[in-house]
Amino acid sequence: MPIKREDDFEERRDHLKDLSDEELKEKFWNLTEKIVDPLIDLSKTHTSASIERSVLLRMGFNSIDAKAIVNQVINADLLGKGAGHVVYKLAQKEDRPIKEVGLDIGDEKYTKEDLRSLFNGGGE
Amino acid sequence: MDLKPDQKIDIEEILDGIEDYRPRRKGWTWRKKVENQQIGPFEYKEMSEQLENSVSLPASRSFKNIDPQPEPVITTEIASGRFEDDIRRMRMAAWHGADHIMVIRTAGQSHFDGLIEGTPEGVGGIPITRKQIRATRKALDYIEDEVGRPINFHSYVSGVAGSEIAVLFAEEGVNGAHQDPQYNVLYRDVNMYRSFVDAAVAKKIMSSTGMLQIDGAHNANATAREAWKVMPELFVQHAINSMFSVKAGMPKDKISLSTVPPVASPAPDIRMNLPYSIALRDLFDDFKFRAQQNTKYIESSIREATVTHTLNLLLSELTSADLQSTITPDEGRNVPWHHYNVQAVDTAKQAFAGMDGLKDLIELKKDEGFLKEQSRELKERAVLFMEEILEVGGYFKAVSEGFFVDSGKYPERNGDGIVRERDGGVAADSIVPRDDDYMAPVCDHFGENNLPDDLDKPCDLIGGCTLHHPEKIDFIDELDPEDNVEKRLEKNEEYRKGSKLKPEVQWLGDGWVNVTMFLPESKKVAEFAALEIAKKMNLQSPEVIHKEVMQPAEGTVCEVKGRVDFSIDVDELEIPEEEEALPFDEIRGFVDDNPINVVAATVGKDEHSVGMREIIDIKHGGIEKYGIDVTYLGTSVPISKVVDAAIETNADAILISTIISHNEIHRTNMKKLNDLCVEKGIRDKVILIAGGTQVNNEMAVKAGLDAGYGRGTHGDDVATFLVKTLRGDYDEEE
Repeated sequence: MPIKREDDFEERRDHLKDLSDEELKEKFWNLTEKIVDPLIDLSKTHTSASIERSVLLRMGFNSIDAKAIVNQVINADLLGKGAGHVVYKLAQKEDRPIKEVGLDIGDEKYTKEDLRSLFNGGGE
Repeated sequence: MDLKPDQKIDIEEILDGIEDYRPRRKGWTWRKKVENQQIGPFEYKEMSEQLENSVSLPASRSFKNIDPQPEPVITTEIASGRFEDDIRRMRMAAWHGADHIMVIRTAGQSHFDGLIEGTPEGVGGIPITRKQIRATRKALDYIEDEVGRPINFHSYVSGVAGSEIAVLFAEEGVNGAHQDPQYNVLYRDVNMYRSFVDAAVAKKIMSSTGMLQIDGAHNANATAREAWKVMPELFVQHAINSMFSVKAGMPKDKISLSTVPPVASPAPDIRMNLPYSIALRDLFDDFKFRAQQNTKYIESSIREATVTHTLNLLLSELTSADLQSTITPDEGRNVPWHHYNVQAVDTAKQAFAGMDGLKDLIELKKDEGFLKEQSRELKERAVLFMEEILEVGGYFKAVSEGFFVDSGKYPERNGDGIVRERDGGVAADSIVPRDDDYMAPVCDHFGENNLPDDLDKPCDLIGGCTLHHPEKIDFIDELDPEDNVEKRLEKNEEYRKGSKLKPEVQWLGDGWVNVTMFLPESKKVAEFAALEIAKKMNLQSPEVIHKEVMQPAEGTVCEVKGRVDFSIDVDELEIPEEEEALPFDEIRGFVDDNPINVVAATVGKDEHSVGMREIIDIKHGGIEKYGIDVTYLGTSVPISKVVDAAIETNADAILISTIISHNEIHRTNMKKLNDLCVEKGIRDKVILIAGGTQVNNEMAVKAGLDAGYGRGTHGDDVATFLVKTLRGDYDEEE
């Protein structure tokens, strides 16, 4: 539950009041960085359906196909590998164009086992 | 396509070949400031390059039609729900000086899991789609060529499809976007982890094409109960998004803080907002600022909203604004109408021109007293806010404890902040850790990415990505066979291409009009009376959109909107042809051979002399410059005296000015002049002309005179008429 509190600014500011304007500004940005760093670390190390669709868009798939492909990748529990990665690996394995392979994934022409096998010591 | 100023923009031509359109530039463009610029009769200190085509402010008529363009980029926000109508409004706004066009998204798009395609109609905004963006950007290319200044196009990278929208915008050359994960969390209830993870990817993509980002902090003061108390929090929100953006790869000069003063008059606007604005610019001096007026306290009064806007412009002038947003003054009464976008842009343009160079003349007392104390206090409160965020365990924990949008002035807390659970909201539990071998074979991808080492750029792995090879973009046209632009264009073709005409406020042929009426009744009675009157005027779906008490018993002014259910045919209108003035030499030549003398006076009990002097004085370009001999009798001259003078001087013409129109005195004077000339037997020998702000030709002729002139008349118009009459041009026409 959000708390209620009277304005205790005067007591709280005790450690700030002797700082110069420059020191206060430096403190402001140091604190910001401390708040933001964990958020950035989380972002570096995680992905989402939207992010993976954004990868597929950049690879030349339209939004409908990108959605279908990502849904299959999620089904196969492979989002952590990267949806673009899955398409790339399959294209490499089958020596077929990226676009063609991606559309086939979206059309459910591959089972989740097919897709998972790409990462079970097969490719790399 | 080249736009011609006197021709409407052709939407079908815009849509033609849209599948192959590519943006001709990407990234943000600022205006170019010109120091000590001479514009017309004045020197300006802070204006930017002039436009090739524009509509200047009404009063510029008296200053050689100058149209000074302020230095800040000027924003207008447009989204009627139909992009084809938005485009026409964009052109109007651009002609008045907008060079940042922001389109508002349709309700619900932030929760749409993916991209929307085609051109469906929106509600309260527009569905942002590839086709809509392309068509709009293409239209803006033509419009910017026409006005002679680059136009920035802008929308929103938020919601659960933020990363994809960022790619779409980067591919299609959208120049700026709102992006702030805190907005998703607080106001759209999108899961907080998802919001931040998606945002980092989106920001990196935005940076790849030099897009300008605007944050969303200002929404706190539109939401909090007592907006002015959230000032400390605003610093915190700005800081979190700015730092997060920098760490996601965005350069500081592409990060713009959306700063909206938390309070508006009748509160002591400047005294409360100025210390805040100064403190913000102190702390964020490397970043850009987008200033916008307060919107929380907008009511339905256009006048009041415009004053709030103007005070915000004063604040921008006293501090700084790289972008000046404009809020349509009708935002408090309806979804903004075309002409209110234009009026808001004009408000900014006018105020900045009026305040040009103000900072050279005055100095803010930033280093002592009230301003210093207040801005220091706000900064300290913001620092304390951040310390407590870290104390409780970081940002996510703080949000779950309702730290944000609390109406207390931090560290005061009122317990009414927005609470979001860490595992709650739309798209909860939807992020997954990137595996050690995670890979995305595309460019400008944020975060861990295990690409082979030997690549020049990531997309070489797949033979190129859409950001480097736009031909790879897979364009989807329409998905809905009924809800699309082609169907809408079919329906309104007679208004676009035929001669049918209806009034409109947002969509072609929507039929809406606004009627202002004063009713000598109390507010309650006036409101219902206004509706009844509107019905009797045959207005459909009437609605009172503004009422303001003049005095509780004496009366109320009401504005009522309603639709007309008829159209008119432009081809059937009878429009009198405007007479073109003859060339100087032709008039002068005639007068040399046939000397003309006239008697001129302001008649009745009327002391206005300016209008008449403009028509006759040589220094105002009046008729004297053609050698016409003028006997000027002055002001408040009785009609009889004017006629006597004409007889005495054997005048060829009598010019009367009649400004006052109270009790129709101007019509009475005109009629009296004709009658008296008839009575004295000189009517055949003398040309009778009247002028005045409420005079027009039709009215004057009806009163028996030969011609009448209203506002905007010059000496050459009157001289032309005299010459043509005397040499018999009009006899031949008959």
